[in-house]
Amino acid sequence: MKENNIEDINVILATDCGSTTTKAILIEKKNNEYRLTFRGEAPTTVEAPFEDVTRGVLNAIIELEELSGRKILDGESIINTCKEDDNGVDLYISTSSAGGGLQMMVAGVVKNMTGESAQRAALGAGSIVMDIIASNDGRKYHEKVKRIRELRPDMVLLSGGIDGGTISHVVELSEILAASNPKPRLGNNYKLPVIYAGNKEARKEINSRLSKTMDLKMVENIRPTLEVENLQPSRDKIHDLFMEHVMAQAPGYDKLKKWTHCPIMPTPGAVGEIIKRIARKENISVVGVDIGGATTDVFSVFSGKFNRTVSANYGMSYSVCNVLADTGVDNVSRWLSYSIEESNLTNRIANKMIRPTTIPQTLEELIIEQAIAREALRLSFDQHKKFAVSLKGVQQERTISDTFEQKMSGESLVNMKDLDMIVGSGGVLSHAPRREQAYRMLLDSFLPEGITELAVDSIFMMPQLGVLASIHEKAAIEVFNKDCLIRLGTCIAPIGEGKHGDVIMEYSFKIDDKEIKGELKYGELILIKAGFNGYKADLSTKDSFSLGDKNNYIGDIFGGEVGIVLDGRGRPFNFNFSTDNRQETLKTWSLSMNEYPSEKI
Amino acid sequence: MSKSYTPGLKVLEKALVVKERILPLKGKVHVKLEEKLEADKIVASTKIPGNVQMVNIANALNIDPDQVPDCMLCKVDDVISKGEVIARSKGLFGMFKTEVKSPLDGILGNISDVTGQVIISEKPYPIEVDAYIPGEVEAIFDNEGIVVKSKGTLIQGIIGVGGEKKGCIVIESEDDVKDKIVVVKSCLTYDSYEKFNRLGVKGIVCGGIDYSTMTKILRRPLGVAITGMEKTITIIVTEGFGKIEMANRTYQILEKNTGKFCSINGATQIRAGVMRPEIFIGSNIELDNPSIFTEESLVISINSKVRIIRDPYFGKLGLVRELPSELMQIDTETKARVAIIAFEDGSEKIIPRTNLEVILSD
Repeated sequence: MKENNIEDINVILATDCGSTTTKAILIEKKNNEYRLTFRGEAPTTVEAPFEDVTRGVLNAIIELEELSGRKILDGESIINTCKEDDNGVDLYISTSSAGGGLQMMVAGVVKNMTGESAQRAALGAGSIVMDIIASNDGRKYHEKVKRIRELRPDMVLLSGGIDGGTISHVVELSEILAASNPKPRLGNNYKLPVIYAGNKEARKEINSRLSKTMDLKMVENIRPTLEVENLQPSRDKIHDLFMEHVMAQAPGYDKLKKWTHCPIMPTPGAVGEIIKRIARKENISVVGVDIGGATTDVFSVFSGKFNRTVSANYGMSYSVCNVLADTGVDNVSRWLSYSIEESNLTNRIANKMIRPTTIPQTLEELIIEQAIAREALRLSFDQHKKFAVSLKGVQQERTISDTFEQKMSGESLVNMKDLDMIVGSGGVLSHAPRREQAYRMLLDSFLPEGITELAVDSIFMMPQLGVLASIHEKAAIEVFNKDCLIRLGTCIAPIGEGKHGDVIMEYSFKIDDKEIKGELKYGELILIKAGFNGYKADLSTKDSFSLGDKNNYIGDIFGGEVGIVLDGRGRPFNFNFSTDNRQETLKTWSLSMNEYPSEKI
Repeated sequence: MSKSYTPGLKVLEKALVVKERILPLKGKVHVKLEEKLEADKIVASTKIPGNVQMVNIANALNIDPDQVPDCMLCKVDDVISKGEVIARSKGLFGMFKTEVKSPLDGILGNISDVTGQVIISEKPYPIEVDAYIPGEVEAIFDNEGIVVKSKGTLIQGIIGVGGEKKGCIVIESEDDVKDKIVVVKSCLTYDSYEKFNRLGVKGIVCGGIDYSTMTKILRRPLGVAITGMEKTITIIVTEGFGKIEMANRTYQILEKNTGKFCSINGATQIRAGVMRPEIFIGSNIELDNPSIFTEESLVISINSKVRIIRDPYFGKLGLVRELPSELMQIDTETKARVAIIAFEDGSEKIIPRTNLEVILSD
């Protein structure tokens, strides 16, 4: 397709090739603003007999054509530049996580210093980190070599040492890498891309050891000093190589990348972009989650610091049994308001793994799917909290070799009391038949504390908007605010533990000239219907309960498509399979939130 | 019009099958184009690099790393034996020399003047790739492997464990099952698995299996459907998890082939390049019209024969009666693209199209 000027862009086509389905959206400029107009979806076609991702892309576009009446395709090519007769598009962009996404191995001298910095760089660029090899990871040389050979990563990020520091450890890592000489996962005939982002003094030595057998690229040190982490050059290089090497090997991508106006971005990298923009624009702390078929990505921005983790084996289809295995049957069953034999439950979950594109047809099946989603989200968020920590090794006078012997602790940056907004994305959240269900899944898995806004991606289009933002920010932000982000409402969750039925908070809201007053009791969940507007609120907690660092709150509280939820279930939240009257309690919560059709639960 | 593709498992009596038999690293191909092959024929082989050990010469000789190359008694790529002196210090006035002996038989891979270490690789070990199925060499990839072409019966399962195995087909009720591939029409229980294991069975093809039984067999939960490396009897499940019987047609084909030699592979990879477990029974009969399926075969249309692959009608077979173009609300309140399916008992149900599987049979 030929290039267009930004001002001339009126019709934008964006696709996201996911591991299960390919989504296409059409954005059109109408009355001088960009809006989402149509959406199509089709199964992703990276596997046999298709083995060509463009088949799924074309099918999703054909669905768009049918819905919109706009002719976008001429045979199997996209019509460039929209015509007066309502044909074609001005801009085509795409993201992808199909084919297993980008799988990387990272290496650093000290595992929780340069190793973690390298991991952050790789995750931030949208990759899955298969392993961290470090000088101090406790494995013997031959174990490291064996591990690297087994992993067959798409790419390696090698870091280690501050600039001007000792070079021997990072050179040793390069020697281990050279000895293992891993073969790339996709294709035997190209050299493994290796990005070196370590001590610049070691470049010559690294070059002499790796450049003959691998495709070695040098970028600025990821950790030039102990106090500074410089991730962007590594992330940019990962994106370049993702396009150049990994995408080039995936079936059909060579064709797809010729169709798009800008480089295809890994899906998680694109979602991260949009989460960062929300946090920056509104100056708030945000946690974002994208729950997919194979993986769950969690993003957070606290105090301006962005972090992303990918729980590579927690998803809703391909890896759903891993969620079951890690959380246990009881933790899934605790969310079911009806009794089901354990073998029946586990068989149903396992069948979703082997037939990933199926959808629940009965309410019973939907409840199981949403139960397991709660656990996938909870486990992924737990992993995120452990990873999103402040830089380790800062403000301590010591050499790298000293750090081998010392324990280092980085504090988690995720502070639930400071959290302003949770944004959910992914099929199970975006396509939940009722928004109340998405609200409950986010509420039960993230357990926000104090006052927190909840939102979902309306139809799962954050990836496309993430990549669009990089070339047409105006269009991306307009569509994001008007069509993508669905404000569900605010959750008010007093922190503390009490006895069932105790009053833990008094509340009053002024909603549309009516005053709504009451008491929140321990164990209760109350929904106050209120649309997306600010409402005057007066909240006052009782006894040892608080709303973060305060006991009273007078100010505006935002409603949303679901409303304002008062969560009196306490923090920490104690609810398990053995909780007294568990099924009845679940039904009460569901009814109070209008979560499922009342006559069916 | 947009097309609804559905997953489809092949159950074909007359199929033309091509298989790539590729080495993990470049090596040697041992067969010629158009050569006739038995399933056990070794078609290519190579050597995988051996494990490595690092020896810290600088520490052992108490010298600086940059002095290590001068103290080495062997060069990179030299073959060395366990106990052989590989480095010696200059000593003091030619006396008090210290030596380092190789801890293993191997090849010297690298000498580092930065870390002061040398890498010794154990001798490479050979690996071989066989034809897996009887047939003919259709193509050769230089130094990498071949493509085998074969005719016969192909049945794909939905999930499997264990790798490639070969043997003759028997039905579970038969006594002599040693080294055979046993067909179990119903759900495989753990007790049956244990019995077959004791009797030396090579592979099991069954209709269903409980997830808990699979966990017991693997001694760990199956978390992600990427399998093939398990050290168990190879198991191929044709329908799914639960107490489900094998589809009649699949069972009938297998029963008809009792006593015949087959190749099976439990390897399954549902993500990133789908791979389903399979049973292949080679045949010498000339095929006039072998079944060849393209992507169009997976498009559902009126009168397509389909299987329902999710509760509440899981496992039932039917014909597509209608394909309404508009989205319809189902019991969960989701609006989905649906199909109206007529079952064998005459009843009709509305089923989301994504919960259908086209039956690819000849």
